[in-house]
Amino acid sequence: MKILVCIKQVPDMESRFKLNSESNWYEGTDLAWRMNEYDEYAVEQAVQLKGQVGDADLTVLSIGPDRVKEMMKKALAMGCDRGAHIADDDYFKKDPFEIASVIAEFAKDQGFDLIFTGMQSQDRGSGQVGVLVAEMLDLPSITTIVDFAFDGGQITVKRELEGGIKSVIKATAPALVTCQLGLNTPRYPTLPNIMKAKRKELLSIPISDLLKVEGKQETAKMYFPEKKGGGLVLEGDVADLTDRLIKILKDKTAVLA
Amino acid sequence: MKTLLVAEYRDGELLNSSYELVAFAEQLGAESAMFLVGSDSALPTYNGTLYLADVGKYGEFNPAVHKQLLLDAIAKEQPDMVVFAHSSYGWDLAPRISLALNVAHVSEVIDIVDGVPVVPACNAKLRRNVKAKTNQMVLTLQGGAFGLEDEPSGSPTVVSVDTDTAAQVEFCGYEEAEAGGVDLSKAEVIVSAGRGIGKPENLAIIEALAKALKGEYGASRPVVDSDWADHSRQVGTTGQTVSPKLYVACGISGAIQHLAGMKKSEFIVAINTDKDAPIGEVADVLIVADLKEFVPAMTEKINNL
Repeated sequence: MKILVCIKQVPDMESRFKLNSESNWYEGTDLAWRMNEYDEYAVEQAVQLKGQVGDADLTVLSIGPDRVKEMMKKALAMGCDRGAHIADDDYFKKDPFEIASVIAEFAKDQGFDLIFTGMQSQDRGSGQVGVLVAEMLDLPSITTIVDFAFDGGQITVKRELEGGIKSVIKATAPALVTCQLGLNTPRYPTLPNIMKAKRKELLSIPISDLLKVEGKQETAKMYFPEKKGGGLVLEGDVADLTDRLIKILKDKTAVLA
Repeated sequence: MKTLLVAEYRDGELLNSSYELVAFAEQLGAESAMFLVGSDSALPTYNGTLYLADVGKYGEFNPAVHKQLLLDAIAKEQPDMVVFAHSSYGWDLAPRISLALNVAHVSEVIDIVDGVPVVPACNAKLRRNVKAKTNQMVLTLQGGAFGLEDEPSGSPTVVSVDTDTAAQVEFCGYEEAEAGGVDLSKAEVIVSAGRGIGKPENLAIIEALAKALKGEYGASRPVVDSDWADHSRQVGTTGQTVSPKLYVACGISGAIQHLAGMKKSEFIVAINTDKDAPIGEVADVLIVADLKEFVPAMTEKINNL
């Protein structure tokens, strides 16, 4: 069995963001980078599936500059067998259609039985790439899964809907699923596995080898939202802050009456 | 400008989010038509053409088939924009449509300024104006971003659509949220814990403040996903929607999905070390402090009142 998991490196969302000089993306320097949270669940599910079926080969793919290889090593340490790094310093200028086209071009002749992606990235958040890859490869895709089971080529998943409801969906491999938070508990790589990962294959492929389409949209401008104002911001000593909040709650609400 | 609005139907009912699409078209001053895989026994109150496919025949969730039905409606209507809700139905179907049409697709639109869609980025800390390079566009709209001013009214002119496309996946039914647990929607005060509590042991200080305020404690998604709190405590799109007299958000950055579940609270206090956290957008008071110091101090003062 052949499995592919697609992951993205994103900044820690607690970061203090700055805009780049063209104001069409955030500045990439001085940020702490990590694996997109949704993709951690995708990697974990792919590793669990490999563990379940035994005879499987699991490829992890990521698109981006050299720094993404650090994150890919984490995926290898979690249990992926090999890495395909699609090297691209201008990745943030690619739209979801271009990114999906690159992944589909990479995957098209490789006969993957299962492809896992996160349901969206934390920075761009389009939620399109997984479904687009599946459509380009003419595979069934199921989005936003919070439960996954595989049995003899049949996949049974639960999709998360609004208001705490789930739907149960079955499909037959080959297929693609996009993973929602809470799908499983992503493992922490152990030290022996981190050492082992250093010896695993991690190939870099220039994006120009795989990119054969043009984007359909671009970021005209990135900016910080206007502060709506109105809200009071209080800073300072904790004892003083508690007194001030109690006064506010007494004035503005009835909860302390 | 012509829009085709993709309404949603679940468990035998038209979803209210469908009317947000109508509000969007009205706000844009655009003509509209609607598409629905639904039933003629639950038609939307809407004046205009409704391309209707029979849910009894095609199912509520059947992406490959819904895609073909919608493409047929698009071919008849020739809209400039195909508009979905950014929902589990919309974000699943929309990419299939944009690829088939070979057009730009902008996700989670919160506004249109001078014809350009605006979307959030980086957990809503940033905004992005997206320029489409194609004339036709597919959009998904963030829930709550476009609201109807008046009660919806009217009755549609129904045009039936049909297909013999084969399904790719099998829908086996719905699973309701587990019964039991706490009903947060009845609480007058909710004190919620977010990722900022750091470790499960710190949930106790949140619970203590909730108790001091005679309320319930709630939680954001990461806290529930980590099994630090029960799912019935989760506030947000996939949990409960609440509107208490007082909502205290402790260490919650304010993801869109969380804000959608609590922004109608009467009074909102946020406690966060990050002054720029998006929760500040909806908070009446933002306390910039470490919740591990502030929350116990606050509980003690209230208990001594």
